[in-house]
Amino acid sequence: MGYQISRKAADDIFAQLRESYDIFAPKVFAGEGCFSDTDVIRYGKIDSLDEIEWARRSDYSFKEALLPVNETLFYFTEDETSVPACRQKDLLIFLKSCDLHALKRLDTIYLENGPEDFYYKRLREKAHFVLMGCGETCDNGFCVSMGTNRTDAYDLYLKLDGKTVLADCPSEKLRGFFERADASVCNVEPEYVSENTEEVTLPKNLSVKDFSNPIWEEYGSRCIGCGRCNFVCPTCTCFTMQDIHYRDNENVGERRRVWASCQVDGYDEIAGGIEFRKTQGERLRFKVMHKIYDFEKRFGYTMCVGCGRCDTVCPEYISYTTLINKLNMIKKEEA
Amino acid sequence: MKNEYIPFPSQVKKIIQHTDIEYTFRMSFSGDVKPGQFFEVSIPRYGEAPISVSGIGEDTVDLTIRKVGRVTDRIFQHYEGNTLLMRGPYGNGFDVEKFKGKEVVVIAGGTGLSPVKGIVDYFAQNPQEAVRTTLIAGFKSPEDILFKEDFKEWEKTIKVIKTVDAAPEGYDGLTGMVTAYIPDLSLTDIPNTVFITVGPPVMIKFTIGEILKRGVPNENIWISHERKMCCGLGKCGHCKMDSTYICLDGPVFNYAEGKDLID
Repeated sequence: MGYQISRKAADDIFAQLRESYDIFAPKVFAGEGCFSDTDVIRYGKIDSLDEIEWARRSDYSFKEALLPVNETLFYFTEDETSVPACRQKDLLIFLKSCDLHALKRLDTIYLENGPEDFYYKRLREKAHFVLMGCGETCDNGFCVSMGTNRTDAYDLYLKLDGKTVLADCPSEKLRGFFERADASVCNVEPEYVSENTEEVTLPKNLSVKDFSNPIWEEYGSRCIGCGRCNFVCPTCTCFTMQDIHYRDNENVGERRRVWASCQVDGYDEIAGGIEFRKTQGERLRFKVMHKIYDFEKRFGYTMCVGCGRCDTVCPEYISYTTLINKLNMIKKEEA
Repeated sequence: MKNEYIPFPSQVKKIIQHTDIEYTFRMSFSGDVKPGQFFEVSIPRYGEAPISVSGIGEDTVDLTIRKVGRVTDRIFQHYEGNTLLMRGPYGNGFDVEKFKGKEVVVIAGGTGLSPVKGIVDYFAQNPQEAVRTTLIAGFKSPEDILFKEDFKEWEKTIKVIKTVDAAPEGYDGLTGMVTAYIPDLSLTDIPNTVFITVGPPVMIKFTIGEILKRGVPNENIWISHERKMCCGLGKCGHCKMDSTYICLDGPVFNYAEGKDLID
């Protein structure tokens, strides 16, 4: 159901929503960027629609709203463990189409691969999603190539248009807010991009034979193993366990899981110091093949959503999109 | 909904010291468990580590632990009567049923003997259930030999080749790599022979090379992969090889499938 309401009415609805929802959206953290005098756009709790960065893609994805960078699994004392309570309010998460497609990937890993994850599930059940449209393509994005430029899996679509706000609200639960606000009913279609600057063609017929392609070492030779590509990726889900204890009583502490990167030393190191992927080329291959080959082999669809964040964040200007297109050319020539 | 991350306390019932750095901890545990499965074992503050089951008793499981990391170092300070935290068992484990009625050859290197020890125990106790059972176990030196008491038992009913890579002069046991003993194994019925091999990656590679030279089909070889695992639940990603999660789909693989797994 589509609605048109005034900006004032939208702000009122937002204020009502805040009573029952913790609202997360991309916002600008001024001066907190990687370089001096630069900003970073990442997710945070917001108190008004004005705080939302609507136009630009966030540098970090929505995933931290469901999978915190570090998450306490339990607190321990000398002989007891206790699980932290879940947040009380439901979650409302503003995101773009590519990220909403990434949500399906997180669900696959955390709810379908092995037993359901207790911590993910309890947050996921509380989460509702507000789609933000895309007026124009973002830097390095290739969502059109990946088929993630459009979605209808949202609970609410919102678009700010000067003094009016357009909404499409498939969620019955949220619809009540608009009906009570005396909104005029109209047809609202989410805005989406139908063309990107970048185009990517996924190679066909990939197999373990492609693990030995020299392209991995070629691109990997520039990689410094910083892991930023993993941390900005909306579909990367890996974590490592970490125990910490408190300074004033070292028998009391907590076990956490923290985001992990397959590009960083130690990711696959086992007791005795054995590492299975020693070079950055092997690690790059591990990551890229997961995104475009082996996830699909296991779950039936491609992992990468084409958001382009990894290309934008790489300090060594390694282009994942160029790498994939080049691999595609190599595979074509082989065929 | 079950929170799989919460460990349960398990009492250390008994400690068997094998070497200066390798001990077996007999832990209280009641529930189904198979050889080759593993537990995530932890001590709060020091973290978790995946440890293979090296023996299964009534209401106990054995965990043979080598002191090589932060978690295991700490575990060594927890002696009889104390508790460790555990969750699991995880992984598929070995299915002894698949090996019954066959000629069984188990080849293990160092602590790689732990995950296959349940199989050796079974056929040593029930030798009539296999055509014949052979264990080839390799250790670095005489000081590194594990399960010394168990070897004495096994030698009564199955063929045992216990070798060390290097030994001081005067050592009266066998020396050399495990691979040196594969060419001379008398195998009467190769299609009905199964090989089970676990150990460090390099050992596995050369051992399988030798096994294949004997004309053994891939399907008759079983391996177990040791990888980093933070969850054991298919979530943390560290153990993934290609599209396979070692914690969920393994760690035990038939070599026909396992040979294509690349890190």
